[in-house]
Amino acid sequence: MSATTLPAPASYATVSYGLRSWLLTTDHKRIAILYMISITVLFVIGGLAATLMRVELLTPGGRLMDDATYNKLFSVHGIIMVFFFLIPSIPTVLGNFLVPLMIGARDLAFPRLNLASWYIFMLGAAFMLWAIFTGGIDTGWTFYTPFSTSSSTTKVVPALLGIFISGFSSILTGLNFIVTIHRMRAPGLTWFRLPLFLWSLYATSVILVLATPVLGMTLVLVALERVLHVGIFDPALGGDPLLFQHMFWFYSHPAVYVMILPGMGVTSELIAAFTHRQVFGYRFVALASVAIAVLGFLVWGHHMFVAGMSVHAALIFSILSYLVAIPSAIKVFNWTASLHRGAISLDTPLLYALGFVGLFTIGGLTGLFLAALAIDVHVTDTYFVIAHFHYIMVGGMVMAYLGGLHYWWPKITGRLYPEIWGKLAALTVFLGFNLTFFPQYIMGYLGMPRRYHVYPAEFQVFHVLSTAGASILAVGYLLPLVYFLLSLWHGQQATANPWGATGLEWQTSSPPPPHNFVDKPVVTSEPYNYPTREPAHG
Amino acid sequence: MAERRTTLSGRSAVPTAPGLGGHVAAERPPALAEHFETLEQQHGVNALGMLVFLGSELMFFGMLFTVYTAYRLRYPEAFAMGSRHLDLALGGINTAVLIISTLMMALAEHSALRGERRWLPRYLALAILLGLLFLGIKGLEYYHHAQEQLLPGFAFSFSGPAAEQVQLFFLLYYAMTGLHAVHLTAGIGVACVMLALAWRGGLLGAEHWPLEMLGLYWNFVDIIWLFLFPLLYLVGRP
Amino acid sequence: MSVEDRNARGEPTTSPRTALVVCAALLILTGVSIAVAHLALGGWNALLTLLIAAVQAVLIGAFYMRIRYAHGLPRLVVVAALLWFAILLAGTLDDVLTRGWVPVLGK
Repeated sequence: MSATTLPAPASYATVSYGLRSWLLTTDHKRIAILYMISITVLFVIGGLAATLMRVELLTPGGRLMDDATYNKLFSVHGIIMVFFFLIPSIPTVLGNFLVPLMIGARDLAFPRLNLASWYIFMLGAAFMLWAIFTGGIDTGWTFYTPFSTSSSTTKVVPALLGIFISGFSSILTGLNFIVTIHRMRAPGLTWFRLPLFLWSLYATSVILVLATPVLGMTLVLVALERVLHVGIFDPALGGDPLLFQHMFWFYSHPAVYVMILPGMGVTSELIAAFTHRQVFGYRFVALASVAIAVLGFLVWGHHMFVAGMSVHAALIFSILSYLVAIPSAIKVFNWTASLHRGAISLDTPLLYALGFVGLFTIGGLTGLFLAALAIDVHVTDTYFVIAHFHYIMVGGMVMAYLGGLHYWWPKITGRLYPEIWGKLAALTVFLGFNLTFFPQYIMGYLGMPRRYHVYPAEFQVFHVLSTAGASILAVGYLLPLVYFLLSLWHGQQATANPWGATGLEWQTSSPPPPHNFVDKPVVTSEPYNYPTREPAHG
Repeated sequence: MAERRTTLSGRSAVPTAPGLGGHVAAERPPALAEHFETLEQQHGVNALGMLVFLGSELMFFGMLFTVYTAYRLRYPEAFAMGSRHLDLALGGINTAVLIISTLMMALAEHSALRGERRWLPRYLALAILLGLLFLGIKGLEYYHHAQEQLLPGFAFSFSGPAAEQVQLFFLLYYAMTGLHAVHLTAGIGVACVMLALAWRGGLLGAEHWPLEMLGLYWNFVDIIWLFLFPLLYLVGRP
Repeated sequence: MSVEDRNARGEPTTSPRTALVVCAALLILTGVSIAVAHLALGGWNALLTLLIAAVQAVLIGAFYMRIRYAHGLPRLVVVAALLWFAILLAGTLDDVLTRGWVPVLGK
């Protein structure tokens, strides 16, 4: 690969100043920063809702709030975390920044569309926040009918509008990535020379483009039913509530793969970089991403096993749900094999990656338990399910996001974060996370239902442990917020390739110039072409 | 934006990979955006982008088609009754109008490619007029429905045992044709912009590709209607 | 057929003559569809009219949108979108149409 040898060109961040240059930018790197700031703010809001919930759950009675308020809190937490943090996170922050760099292009295929995506996202978030702060929403992030259409008295329609609008942001981002990865790769960069991060983003983008429109139209119909009182999904008016659930979960199940696939891509990059080796079974991992995206569309009914769906359909969805675990397992085995006898440096990003592999595995396995019809009848709508998806989303995805942020921070900002604090934060997150969510598996299995704030006293010990863990987890999240910010002024200057990693993004300066590369890169080697290591002694 | 003029020199001796197509030009044509290498890459990207977008639009409509199908299988008589209240003549005329507008769009594309500066705006204008005619006829249909008290949620009165299901039919009818009309309106809007460009001599020859993208979109809108028409209008007619 | 013009990507474009013929075909098929709808064929009316619509869609796709000349990826995009819509339809109808087929223990 060609490397830059000229003196460092102006950084994308400092080449022009002023609010207008940021708010009217079409530079994918600046747009990534805009997204980073937005979703961080939204994460804090969603996290505050969770904090209030966990404080309330310290005691079995409804000590701090009434039912209505609690309903609003878990709804806010779910809606913001799913639609306004997890779904955008890695694709819009790390993806926007890195996709053109990793393929050797100057920008995405549609730079102005990229900026429009951010504005659309912000508009959607604005509607949602307005709904939240002028009365709230209490339907849960799942908006099940007929409660959302006929009974709820909260700001349902503005909330639906917020999600509907931000959905277009997802679709356009996915479209941009698909076209870019297909048509703008550098000379010599064939599909099987792509970094695994791009394979996973590609798969994610396919899901975004095909699934999000279905959710959009579903929310429109919910709004119509709410306003016009015509029975589309309300059984009292002649509608079928299961039809809503089908349409909702047709998006929302693939959406969870939108949320995890980018994290898997980051994990592949981190493991390769910090074992200084090719990822074991590169092609399997790459194709497994596509398989997850495809199979993920066939399993949505497993959210409806106890809702009254036909048993015939339930059986089919159950077996398909088992199948979708296979490509994920393939990835886990390949990551593990990559670690074996690698030259491992336990830097912060790798700590997060290791956490991802372990915690995602636990979360994924419990997904298999849930896929079994007989078990699901007992544990669905309990804290078992909550623990399952938090292990994947928080133990998996958020840790991958943090790992990726730490790994690419030098590239994005030109600064190094303090490594000691990084390791400390990673450890804090890991411990806090497990203390928060492992007790939830147990109490869910024992019968603690989800979305309840008044519960039998026998569950209190688990809730106390969980809240204690959550406070530790919060510290673990605050630490990077602080030291990342401080590093912008006081951090050590980063070289072009501080980790000694492969990948086109490391062949340009840190931070990159506005047009990414001075000379157009040409790719002539396989990905992760680290020098082969000798086996370790002993 | 200060960095606009900083372009990658096309003079580097870098061979392009197959698939990116074309040779690296010594001078960049003015129509070529700075983040692309060749015009062919730019056209390919734009066409692919439009197709991917249409794929997502298919899922958008697909959701409504699915809900409609599920309910029609459940309430066949009520849906047949509702369908018979639709004006088949106006619906049929509208179908013809849209098909001919698609023809106009195809002819517009062809004259753009041929560099026929006088015919391009004429064909575009005809397509736009036919599109507006479609919307007008649709509006007329809606007006008739309103007069017959067939507006779900607002003013719906239907005598008969299956009134609730007929109302559901009409809600889905409005949702599906309404969504289609919104798409057609957007297409007409873009076509008007293209008309303005064509009037001033643009969109000819190598620069015709925005029109090609609009053509893809217009054809898609037509295809959707060609499925909406039998689904909604041709139920229970014998 | 006369030599067809080529667009920027080297794909043949639709000649006015072809476009006119296809337009006529589409109009005729619409008429046929309306006629078929008035026949007493039970449930087959719906399927036939939808089949005619599918033929019309293929005509537009092939001759107006020229999907058949777009090799590889664009064709894959079209196929994928259709396939995904089919998945949505099939999965939903599988539930809606089979409720009560498999008895649940105790009911």
